[in-house]
Amino acid sequence: MAGTGTAHLRDRDRVLLRVEDLVVEFPASRGQKVHAVSNISLDVLKGETLGLVGESGCGKSTTGKAILQLPPPTSGTVTFEGTDITTLGGRDLRQVRTKLQMIFQDPISSLNPRRKVEQLVAEGLDIWGKGTKDERQKKVDDLLVTVGLDPTVARGRRAHQFSGGQCQRISIARAVATEPALIVCDEPVSALDVSVQAQILNLLEDMKEQYGLTLIFIAHDLAVVKNISDRVAVMYLGRLCEVGDPDVLYQAPAHPYTAALLSAIPVPDPAVRPDERTTLGGEIPSPLSPPSGCRFRTRCPRADEQCKQEVPEMHGIGADHFVACHHPLAPGETLVDLRTS
Amino acid sequence: MTGSTTAPAASNASDGVFAAVEPDEVLLEVENLHTRFSSPRGTVHAVRGVSFDLRRGRTLGVVGESGSGKSVLSRSIMGLMPSNASRTGSVRFAGQDVLDISPKRMRTLWGDQMSMIFQDPMTALNPVVRVGKQITESLHEHLDISRTVANETALELLRSVGIPQPDRRLRQYPHEMSGGMRQRVMIAIALACGPRMLFADEPTTALDVTVQAQILDLLQALQRDRQMSMILVTHDLGVVAGRAHDIAVMYAGQIVEKAPAKELFGRVRHPYTQALLRSIPKLEMAKHTRLEAIDGRPPDLVNLPQGCKFAPRCPYAQDRCRTEEPVLQPDGDNTEHLVACHFPVSGSVAVPQPTSATNRATN
Repeated sequence: MAGTGTAHLRDRDRVLLRVEDLVVEFPASRGQKVHAVSNISLDVLKGETLGLVGESGCGKSTTGKAILQLPPPTSGTVTFEGTDITTLGGRDLRQVRTKLQMIFQDPISSLNPRRKVEQLVAEGLDIWGKGTKDERQKKVDDLLVTVGLDPTVARGRRAHQFSGGQCQRISIARAVATEPALIVCDEPVSALDVSVQAQILNLLEDMKEQYGLTLIFIAHDLAVVKNISDRVAVMYLGRLCEVGDPDVLYQAPAHPYTAALLSAIPVPDPAVRPDERTTLGGEIPSPLSPPSGCRFRTRCPRADEQCKQEVPEMHGIGADHFVACHHPLAPGETLVDLRTS
Repeated sequence: MTGSTTAPAASNASDGVFAAVEPDEVLLEVENLHTRFSSPRGTVHAVRGVSFDLRRGRTLGVVGESGSGKSVLSRSIMGLMPSNASRTGSVRFAGQDVLDISPKRMRTLWGDQMSMIFQDPMTALNPVVRVGKQITESLHEHLDISRTVANETALELLRSVGIPQPDRRLRQYPHEMSGGMRQRVMIAIALACGPRMLFADEPTTALDVTVQAQILDLLQALQRDRQMSMILVTHDLGVVAGRAHDIAVMYAGQIVEKAPAKELFGRVRHPYTQALLRSIPKLEMAKHTRLEAIDGRPPDLVNLPQGCKFAPRCPYAQDRCRTEEPVLQPDGDNTEHLVACHFPVSGSVAVPQPTSATNRATN
């Protein structure tokens, strides 16, 4: 996988956010570098939800944070509403940040335990002095109602007095308070029970509609990502594998890694015997010294010399379906066929 | 992983009380088990009257949300309890009561007869002790063997759980390994003395989906080869679906439905099981399918509601449900399918069959 290229990007005028050649590297000991994100390009249309999937360590959270300039990427551009925000600093960047919000994975530790819920939700409004104090309070109450909490009860409480699902509701209220255009949701439901997970996913869809939001939804659960996304991008070890409409991408995955991920998901149906499915051997290599060429080649049943030498480029293989692989799967072909071939 | 292991047979049944149990005979009998914790807020009633039998070589999947008592249940059976806990009822292992035996006696059981694999392999392993020593520790505790033999056994164990270069890994510390490798080490430790009963408490929750599949396959293979009994605790119905013989669904400290896996998924009877299955997003669904969430939250185990504990969230609840607590009983003539509900839902539930043969091997 693990490719570069920009074939999957859409018309510059239509997109709300365009990320080009994003690179994030962190210094490690002995002069080494962690190649967390390498030459990733992405874009999001206004009102669209982009799902970003991959295993832990693939750089999906780092990508989300780099878009918000937390911290700014090593290189590459992040164009938001026509402005390259990587060139901004100080006051200008702070202005833009009101339009960009984030919801984190752990709903309890991402809220300040010493603040009351009304302070947590109002913080962005207070900082920017939006409206009078009464207006702000009114707004906080409205937000709490929209996310399904009773303001008279919730307002004065602190985060520890709520369950995980309720804390995530508070985080969502806090994120939409400044009326952002884009929210990066970093694994917002992975710490929640399935019954609560469904509540929060439904709430996110409602909020998106009500506030006209654009979402980048980062998660490792492919079924969750499919449920909420208009477009899905699969990441592996700092690079993009495959981008496309989830209905197409899940039906006919072209990248061997996407196919392996899909086949590894446990299905709540005893008719599907786990031993009939292909599981991927090995583990994700270290981002300190990623494999040359295609980064997935060390675990790919189809890897050859070309995969070792050349980084695959993203190319279109169907309507809104792009893959970065030298030997993509044909529609209908499965990983099992791959193994025996 | 095909039965290449040569772990020492755990035949030192101290005092000879743990009788041999033939495959498919009952190994573990739990009857009316209650576990309570005293807390500043009052008594937390975490397990409320759980009964089941587990035969040798079988896997029981215990499914529930956080706070359903599923983890406390396996810890109660194993006797891994904090000092503020109290247990009543009966737990019989190979015909011997293990609920009221002394802690010293219990220690001889741990590792030797029953073992547990914990959720988080990072915190469950000792960070300052080499992996090899952590494996041989229980070997020395239970078997009178020399260091060399213990080391060889450890090497063989690591190999059997699929760790490459086991001799090098033995000398490493847990932080030098990935999450998947650490979980394999945990499994090796748990299996070191050849236990007859294995508790796996969310063994793959901390792992990635591709590694999760590897670990579950491994557990299943080892369990089959050694004819162990296993209790697989998880919140993910998908994890147990193809891997457990029987499934018990827990809610508010009780088993609300229990049946063989195929039967359970094919003919869901309890509204909670049905709601749980429906709330999971599935790959077969089109994007933006509205999920059927379960309203509300699980009850507080300190102040449990009257009647059926699921009634406040149940779409089918009636007056009787709010006053009279249903008991777990056979579903009509079907003695294998137990359900605790006054008004069980009928038959087939929307468990969509995977339609796309493209992403899953057909055979």
